[in-house]
Amino acid sequence: MNLLRLIEFLRDHLRTVVRIAIAALVVLVLLDAVPAIVDKAHAHTAAEHVPAFWAAFGLLGCLALVIVSKTFGHLGISTREDYYDE
Amino acid sequence: MSNHWFHPALVLLLGGAVLPLVPARLKKTFLLAVPALAFGVVLMMFTMPRGEFWHVQFLKWTLVFGRVDSLSLVFAVIMTGMCGIGTLYGLHVEEDAQHIAAWTYVAGSLGAIFAGDLLTLFLFWEMMAFASVFLIWFRRQPESTAAGFRYLLVHVAGGLSLLAGIVLHVYATGSTTFAAFNVHQPGAADYLILIGFLLNAAVPPLHAWLPDAYPAGTFNGSVFLSAFTTKTAVYALCRGFAGMELLVWLGVIMSLYGVVYAIIENDIRRLFAYHIISQVGYMVAGVGIGTALAINGACAHAFAHILYKGLLFMGGGSILFMTGETRMSKLGGLYKKMPWAFFLTLIGGLSISAFPLFSGFVSKSMIIQAGFESHLLWAAFLLNLASIGTFYCNGLKVPYFVWFGQNKCEPATFERAKDPPWNMLAAMGVAAFFCVFLGCYTPALYNLLPYHEAAMEYHPYSSYHVSESLQILLFTALVFFVLVKLKKIEPHAGRNLDLDWFYRMGGRALLWLARKPVQAIDTGIGEVYRVGGLVPLMKSAGMVGRFDNRVIDGAVDGLASAVRGVGARLRFAQRGALQENLTFVFAVAALLLLVFVIFF
Repeated sequence: MNLLRLIEFLRDHLRTVVRIAIAALVVLVLLDAVPAIVDKAHAHTAAEHVPAFWAAFGLLGCLALVIVSKTFGHLGISTREDYYDE
Repeated sequence: MSNHWFHPALVLLLGGAVLPLVPARLKKTFLLAVPALAFGVVLMMFTMPRGEFWHVQFLKWTLVFGRVDSLSLVFAVIMTGMCGIGTLYGLHVEEDAQHIAAWTYVAGSLGAIFAGDLLTLFLFWEMMAFASVFLIWFRRQPESTAAGFRYLLVHVAGGLSLLAGIVLHVYATGSTTFAAFNVHQPGAADYLILIGFLLNAAVPPLHAWLPDAYPAGTFNGSVFLSAFTTKTAVYALCRGFAGMELLVWLGVIMSLYGVVYAIIENDIRRLFAYHIISQVGYMVAGVGIGTALAINGACAHAFAHILYKGLLFMGGGSILFMTGETRMSKLGGLYKKMPWAFFLTLIGGLSISAFPLFSGFVSKSMIIQAGFESHLLWAAFLLNLASIGTFYCNGLKVPYFVWFGQNKCEPATFERAKDPPWNMLAAMGVAAFFCVFLGCYTPALYNLLPYHEAAMEYHPYSSYHVSESLQILLFTALVFFVLVKLKKIEPHAGRNLDLDWFYRMGGRALLWLARKPVQAIDTGIGEVYRVGGLVPLMKSAGMVGRFDNRVIDGAVDGLASAVRGVGARLRFAQRGALQENLTFVFAVAALLLLVFVIFF
């Protein structure tokens, strides 16, 4: 199947794929700082005018969510799989 | 009453009634034709005048079965459309009853959507609950039976609240019309109706039935479940409680609540179920904001959500159907076996995550934009935070740990795994196509929305919005892959306790109460009865017995022996002639009578 071959091709060149992805992240942040390309007139708050505001929001937000959720789980919410079995 | 209007729910109900009579070779055609016909009936309504149809007089009330306006139409289109996709997905299921249950469930949803009065709404609301439980029970696993009963009990409770609210509302206002309730100064009736709606929308703390029941359904039943109950409730909230500020709070809380539970969840179908709660949170918040843009956003998001959530549940269903396993701690590396299921599920994951060019992008952003415009900054930022978790779970965690990552499948599971049958892939393909189509061609969705002008003024593809979304999503992906590399988020077997704990363990407490204290009390009372009642009774009975034995028996025996003695003597005195004896008796009797008459 072609789809499978495409996936395997990408996996075989994982290093390159990762490099391209990181380059894309950098380009994204750089473009966000160019007013001619990203018009910040649509921004709702002053904080959003800081370059890479939403990148930081995504990065820190994701970390925060994972840490909060895992901590929440460890408070006794996560338990053994057969908890409800009698 | 119009002769031209026809209720699409009736198409499905009649189709279900006829289904068992259809010959086997025509069955698949018939299964596809009935939802297609219902869909066609709904599309026909766009060419006809709007209004109210099918008034039925019931006691002193007028039931309105067909209220057609822009709000009911947008929901009816997606409900009938999803009915077709879901039926195609389960086309190879041979048990008629499963299809009939699904269609009756959809008919309940359509009936509630077109209901113009509260009594009709209630009727179809209950039809949904009672039909949908079979989609869980048909899995025929012990845990499904139990989950189905819990689901039914919770929904019956919600239905009672709704009914009580309706009764109070009709008593107070004298009107059964289903229109906006008093959202600014709600009374008891409004709150009771609201509780009924919120329970079906799975708003915490009334949400635990959803992640309890939906993962327990059949592989295709859960596809239907994911679409209809919660989104019909969103419709009802749009109609009845638009602009109620409480809902903004509840919506934001539920969008994050679902995300937190999904992040620590191991079962993919339960993870998707928690993301229904999260996504419906956006819609509930939109209803609470209540502006034209926000209501449009709630409707658009419900529309897009039904497709991508259906697609995700179809992906989860194909894993269950093909491997028999849905726990990520027992999956992994399946891309070699199920590449197309991966590709199509990923499209669902990208759509729910609101990636540009996918459907969630053009619908979710309306609600967030409406939040910013209404100066509810905290709500808008928190909803953006929830979308980080959405991508983390649906776009990254599930695709990665099911199809890539470490292969933790049992050898038999991995051996069994392959892409699902053509009809399942086709249904997923149709849903995936519309996820992309709606994301790329916005008028297709925006033209259906209830506030047409607000929809036409809204443009999601501004450079700022695209940049904002891509930054949030791609940096979330960065964090995810770093955490994978550090082996911090490997899925592991486990169960996360939610508020259903209270009634599951409450039920057990009741059983324990019945088994232990109640039984102890019963034994105690038995003992008290034995000691305080039985023993004295025995003693008194013994005494009575002795009295009987010695005194009464003695007296009786004495009397008897005396009589016998007298008899023995008399025996010698009588000669055995009956007539003589009778003469003697009559003579004595006459003598006694004479004495009686003379002396008294």
